[in-house]
Amino acid sequence: MSASLALPHRARRLRAIPGFGLAFGIALFWLSAIVLVPLLALLLRPFELGLAGLWASLAEPRVAASLRLSFGAALLAAAIAAPLGLLLAWAVVRLRFPGRAVLDAAIDLPFALPTAVAGLAMTALLAPNGWVGGPLGEWFGWRVAFTPAGIVIALVFVALPFTARTVEPVLRDLGRESEEAAATLGATRFQTLRRVVLPALAPAILTGFGLGFARAVGEYGSVIFIAGNMPMVSEIAPLLITIRLEQFDYAGAAAIGLAMLLLAFAVLLALNLAQRALRRGQG
Amino acid sequence: MSVIVEGLVRRFGTTAALDGVSLAVRDGEFVALLGPSGSGKTTLLRVLAGLEPQEEGRVAIAGREMAGVPARERGIGVMFQNYALFRHMNVFDNIAFGLSVLPRGRRPGRAELTARVRELLRLTQIPELERRWPDQLSGGQRQRVALARALAIEPRLLLLDEPFGALDALVRREVRRWLRGLHDRLGITTILVTHDQEEAMELADRVALLESGRIAQFDTPSALLAAPATPFVAGFLGEAARLEGQVAGGVLRFRLPGLPPLAVALPDGPATAFLRPREVVAHPAPEGPLIRLVRATAEGEARLVVELAEDVTLDAVATPHGAVQGEWPRRQAACRLEITGAQVFGAGGARGMAGALRLAEVR
Amino acid sequence: MNATEDPLWFRALLVALAVLTGLLLLALPLAAVFTEALRRGGEAALAAILEPDTLAAIRMTLIVAAISVPLNTVGGLAAAWCIAKHDFPGKRLLVTLVELPFSVSPVISGLVFVLIFGLQGWLGPWLQARGIQVIFALPGLVLATLFVTFPFVARTVLPLMQDQGRAEEEAAATLGAGGWQIFRRVTLPNIRWALLAGVLLCNARAMGEFGAVSVVSGHIRGQTNTMPLHVEILYNEYQFAGAFAVAALLALLGLVTLAAKAVLERWSGRVAGEAG
Repeated sequence: MSASLALPHRARRLRAIPGFGLAFGIALFWLSAIVLVPLLALLLRPFELGLAGLWASLAEPRVAASLRLSFGAALLAAAIAAPLGLLLAWAVVRLRFPGRAVLDAAIDLPFALPTAVAGLAMTALLAPNGWVGGPLGEWFGWRVAFTPAGIVIALVFVALPFTARTVEPVLRDLGRESEEAAATLGATRFQTLRRVVLPALAPAILTGFGLGFARAVGEYGSVIFIAGNMPMVSEIAPLLITIRLEQFDYAGAAAIGLAMLLLAFAVLLALNLAQRALRRGQG
Repeated sequence: MSVIVEGLVRRFGTTAALDGVSLAVRDGEFVALLGPSGSGKTTLLRVLAGLEPQEEGRVAIAGREMAGVPARERGIGVMFQNYALFRHMNVFDNIAFGLSVLPRGRRPGRAELTARVRELLRLTQIPELERRWPDQLSGGQRQRVALARALAIEPRLLLLDEPFGALDALVRREVRRWLRGLHDRLGITTILVTHDQEEAMELADRVALLESGRIAQFDTPSALLAAPATPFVAGFLGEAARLEGQVAGGVLRFRLPGLPPLAVALPDGPATAFLRPREVVAHPAPEGPLIRLVRATAEGEARLVVELAEDVTLDAVATPHGAVQGEWPRRQAACRLEITGAQVFGAGGARGMAGALRLAEVR
Repeated sequence: MNATEDPLWFRALLVALAVLTGLLLLALPLAAVFTEALRRGGEAALAAILEPDTLAAIRMTLIVAAISVPLNTVGGLAAAWCIAKHDFPGKRLLVTLVELPFSVSPVISGLVFVLIFGLQGWLGPWLQARGIQVIFALPGLVLATLFVTFPFVARTVLPLMQDQGRAEEEAAATLGAGGWQIFRRVTLPNIRWALLAGVLLCNARAMGEFGAVSVVSGHIRGQTNTMPLHVEILYNEYQFAGAFAVAALLALLGLVTLAAKAVLERWSGRVAGEAG
């Protein structure tokens, strides 16, 4: 009886490559301990406030302003980083010029540079007495550091490798054949770029935009040095979380965190749908 | 070592890659699994190797039930498509791998291991490659390394998955003979997966022809050609053309013009005939179907494409069995077609051999 | 001129724009850090680094990285091996989960551990009653770092593992090798350079992480301060020379990681290319 039951069971579990059980156990345990259980806390803790309290906590003008700033700045930064990333990817893949390898490696710099260092560097550059901030202030009367504009610049820096590195492999794969085909069919260079190259790259550009946005919206280290952190003006949502924590308002901090996650998820979902529509449109 | 497969089923999602396969391979036999891509032949091989689970049915190898026995315990030599050599090991280490992962008690010592690997290198005629890396080898050399590696564990069953796919045509023929010779010498039961019927027919004692997850026919090459069991087998083997007709009173008349009626022992009703090019002989004639293409084969025969109707053509040979020369055969010439034999399947799957009708000449 | 070649002026314009972007956005910030750090000479920068608090921060950073990088290497390898070499239900979910920390704000990554282990966290009172300190102590720093750096190893080795397919592992299985033998003798050698690159990236992030550890550290000088946090403290205390000196050290770490990654990618690309 038990043998006849055990046989199909074992048969179903037969795996081509042994060793799955242990590896899966380690991976699952590790993932649960380090990622899943902690995120569960984030999902549950805000509701200690009750739904009404949760809503009131998020509707607070300072919280609403910080969320608006974080998402607005991140979207704007990703929108700026997308064409810049395309430009860098194009230069690295398609053009030959001295220093190309250096530029190629430099694209990853924001990945590798600790965020605090990036923030400090941006501040040093853009501060009223900095290399860039000085001339901007003297010649144009612009103030960038300690304003939302400074935040956007820092976030562009952070998002740039994502947009560039997502487009790059697709551009490499694309090769020149389809462009050559378009040329033999009588398309002008501009028509080829607009109707053949750009549509092929569009999904990757959109993905890069999404990745850059996701990274930028939660960014902390490279922003807080340059932001000035004035409530209602240049205070980003992650900073407000730390402030809530310092006040031992755990539920309030968790509420902002949860709101950020859900909003970011909504944005990424919308991007995903847009991408699908794009792919379908291309057949 | 004998292999018995009964009612084997393997599904991927909703499609059944294997849909009730049964097969019995005798000890020491060389069997080919032949079929178009997607017919399930590679899946069957992988189930035998223990790389895919069997969902229903049973597999017994040398009398031992294989359900739940993992690949590593089966002791079956597998030569993978593209060979799957370990890219970071040299040829020696590739071949030695199977011996070096034996449980400590059975693992051979260094000297014995070296001797065994050298012996395998000699057997596969590549002793000079011992210290090379896989990426420095040609396709044929990789294949020999893969075979030596599979033989190192002294398998009593050898599975070969499209072993000649990565070789160019010239090497292929030679390697094929060599492999068959090796089989005859070692006597290891061998199952080969291929989509190339020439390969299967030349190498194997028996060929199992697979059609969408089922075995359509399992027989010797000559029996397959002489007596195909189903329309699929008749159509798959020997580049046969499929033509529809009607049987009435023991006479098959084709729906298309230009073909003579055939004598066939089948009940009245619709029928499907399969004509191989060599069974359709074109004779010079003042009028009749037109020859659209003439091509000389490597053997010097004339192969023709004859137009039966608009957009319907049939492969044929020219008679007298001469080469392409002079006036006959040439393009745009009219011809009369003679059919020397055909496989015919009547309504309900009844099968018959058709032959020329010995009556007055019918055009 | 070839059909898909743009006019020279256009290519030159693109190169100029790309180089300008690279200079302004990538090179200039780096230059600013090193210039500021060396403003008062190399000795002043060195003196700032050799201050006891700074040395303590460096030590703390090394300890945190030394604990979390090996742990995440094991976890990441296990996850990547499952995903690339096996089939199981819920695989896509596992892929998503592995990458999840990438799309979570660093601050939230720290926050979640405060929510559990903090004074008002789920386990906070219980831990406090037993005198166990997680938040504002080394365990908290390690946990936050583990969360943030979890994806690096898996993400770096997974594409290569998937590219290499399962044929070699299956061949090894038919030759009688067990799971560990296959992993150690077939899979691991094939991905060694990518694995090293993943470990380096994981380490760079572990040493450079700011937001997540900032939340759980408590910024206790000389005790729970890591290098990036120390940069902020020095900066807020207007000790700019020290702040930039430590920042320069961190920037060097980033640059070395970047260079090593570029070299390793070339190697692993060559190895993969050779076999293909």
